Amino acid sequence: MTLHSRSLRTAAGPSRRTVLHGLFGVGAAALAVPALAACGAGGGSDPKTVTFGSNGGDATPKKAYAAVTDAFRKDSSLTVKTNVVDHDTFQKSISTYLQGTPDDVFTWFAGYRMQYFAKKGLATPIDDVWAKIGAGYSDATKQLSKGEDGKYYFVPLYNYPWAVFYRKSVFRQHGYQVPTNWSQFVALAKQMKKDGLAPIASGYGGGDSWSILGAFDYLNLRANGYDFHMSLMRGQAAWTDARAAKTIDLWRELAPYYQANGGGRSWQDAAQSLLDKKSGMAIIGLFLGQQVTEESLRSDIDFFPFPEIDPTYGQDTVEAPTDGFMLSRRPKNPDGATKFLEFLGSAKAEGIYMGIDPSNVAVNSGADKGSYNALQKKAADLIAGAKHITQFGDRDSDPGFISTVVEPGFTEWLNHPDDGSALLKKIESQRSRFFTA
Amino acid sequence: MSSVRTMRRSPSHAHPRPRRLGPGDRLFLALVVGIPVLALLVFVWLPALASIGLSFTSWDGLTLSDIHWVGLGNYHQIFTNYPPFWPAVGHNVVWLLFTALLPTPFGVFLAYQLDHKIRFTRFYQTAIFMPMVLSLAVVGFVWEIIYNPDTGLLDGVIGHDIDWLGDPHLNLWAVLVASGWRHTGYIMILYLAGLKGFDPALKEAAALDGANGRQTFLRVVLPALKPVNIIILVVTVMESLRAFDVVYVLGGGTGSKPGMELLSLLITDNIIGESSHIGYGSALAVILLVVSLAAIGTFLVQTFRKEDQ
Repeated sequence: MTLHSRSLRTAAGPSRRTVLHGLFGVGAAALAVPALAACGAGGGSDPKTVTFGSNGGDATPKKAYAAVTDAFRKDSSLTVKTNVVDHDTFQKSISTYLQGTPDDVFTWFAGYRMQYFAKKGLATPIDDVWAKIGAGYSDATKQLSKGEDGKYYFVPLYNYPWAVFYRKSVFRQHGYQVPTNWSQFVALAKQMKKDGLAPIASGYGGGDSWSILGAFDYLNLRANGYDFHMSLMRGQAAWTDARAAKTIDLWRELAPYYQANGGGRSWQDAAQSLLDKKSGMAIIGLFLGQQVTEESLRSDIDFFPFPEIDPTYGQDTVEAPTDGFMLSRRPKNPDGATKFLEFLGSAKAEGIYMGIDPSNVAVNSGADKGSYNALQKKAADLIAGAKHITQFGDRDSDPGFISTVVEPGFTEWLNHPDDGSALLKKIESQRSRFFTA
Repeated sequence: MSSVRTMRRSPSHAHPRPRRLGPGDRLFLALVVGIPVLALLVFVWLPALASIGLSFTSWDGLTLSDIHWVGLGNYHQIFTNYPPFWPAVGHNVVWLLFTALLPTPFGVFLAYQLDHKIRFTRFYQTAIFMPMVLSLAVVGFVWEIIYNPDTGLLDGVIGHDIDWLGDPHLNLWAVLVASGWRHTGYIMILYLAGLKGFDPALKEAAALDGANGRQTFLRVVLPALKPVNIIILVVTVMESLRAFDVVYVLGGGTGSKPGMELLSLLITDNIIGESSHIGYGSALAVILLVVSLAAIGTFLVQTFRKEDQ
């Protein structure tokens, strides 16, 4: 190497210096790039601009958020700079995102997962926002929006219920009745199997393992009640508890009626099988509606709340994941961000959003429900009538615990359902790693 | 290079070293050597050492003050009480054995056949090498479509309803086929390059001595291509230990699935995401590092020791 440079010098002396300068330049650039990238988002602190990190990467939410931010601009003459990231990517990188230079306002989930970041000091309390918007929300929602310290950290936008969905025409054709208790439910599944339908649509392949949690949550809520379910989810109860074993036993009764090969199917394909009348029922969220492409089909879809198992608890709990917004720890434009959050929590903003995305229901009781379709109306009533609202398996609990311990355990168990004692022992052995006092 | 070097050596006796390298040269040398060394330190050694350090701690990755020293706690937990760990180790071993025993020899075989002047050899070469051009993530997407239980090509052709990716007893093999499909082309091209540089006179000599095709290959070609063989073995071992992308894509991009756990996936399981266990993940990474170093190190040391003799 030295030799080459030597010969270079005799041939063209100054060029080595040029090369050196070049090298310096490259080195400096290489060192500077990460630094620049790190402060990229922090560049402008324009008092007229609020930055907004959105996980609404899909077409419908993207359009709906754009309509909301446009309306805010007209109202307040503040511009919102939206930074859209794909939903899954947003979730995976949330910790690094919040520690870096996040946008002023960002989309997130209510309940445990909001509280986690609030506790870590990665979000700013927004009690002042709630002083203005509080009137529109129920007590259950207020509870969901508070951190463990009792301060508000979250502005809800919408939620959607999980329930058992079906096609009215299929029920009519076979003369099925909507089941209200466990024995009717199992009998219906059995009858569907006889009639050549896959009773319960099932698709938890690939990245969709979360979709099986809906059934577990409801079984546990109906059999053991809200309090036990929440303490189980928050790592305060042992998974080897007899009540958890009972839930698994109930699930085992249902497992033979799951659509075959669910482990390799996406939830979308499972939902499609319901729409194609190959499956009879699906335990899924209202977002099932996003799969509907033909509007005529939408009116044929209906749902019923997950049937009662123990009369003590009846159907008192509805699983309704709530999405909304949080304020990052050091917003660049705190005043603008507060105004934006107040707007987002208003009935008007929620009405605008729901008008474009029909697979959700507004949380603010004052939001315009005129544009709701029949399913949205029914969903809103279901949630309004609930005594308890839960979020969802992976939202009420430590997401790492659910995704690396509970979901793999459940999917493996669903392939060969047994009494579940090995499964529960396995889950219990990992609990302390995720939930430390 | 060597001829140039000998030319340089003779005048170097006449002049003492310091005079030959002026301050400018030294600065230049220092920079040219220094920058890569610095880059290596900052981007390779520092993270590696930090991982080793973090593997003895418990940390959620949020604030530095939350790092707690736990000694060997993570390792103890991993070895004694981490259900996916031993399956993952097993799957990595299966991966290594499968890749070393099927796609690798098959790639060598293809290369050997294509080296004969058969017709359309260029076409075959391109066709077999094509999967290698695709990124592993794309390979994953292609095979995802093939393995789909409802609309997939494979189930359609064989007429059975088999849940290739969902069944924990099958999915590892399904993924191995996808990865082997790509690996074969890679090995073929590596070996073909070696064969192109092979002296045909050696083969002729073997033929004159009455060696048949098999003997020629096993006794003459294979030993003569030792450097290529070493590269292929190292590549195979490395690819098997670091296997990640195909499984990640075919597993849906959410981490390890039952039946498809691999050490690399367990690392990301624990580090990426909202509730990360940096220390725990680092301990897993260190285990993978040690296994990789042991595998590659033993092999290289043995090979070069033989060479020295």
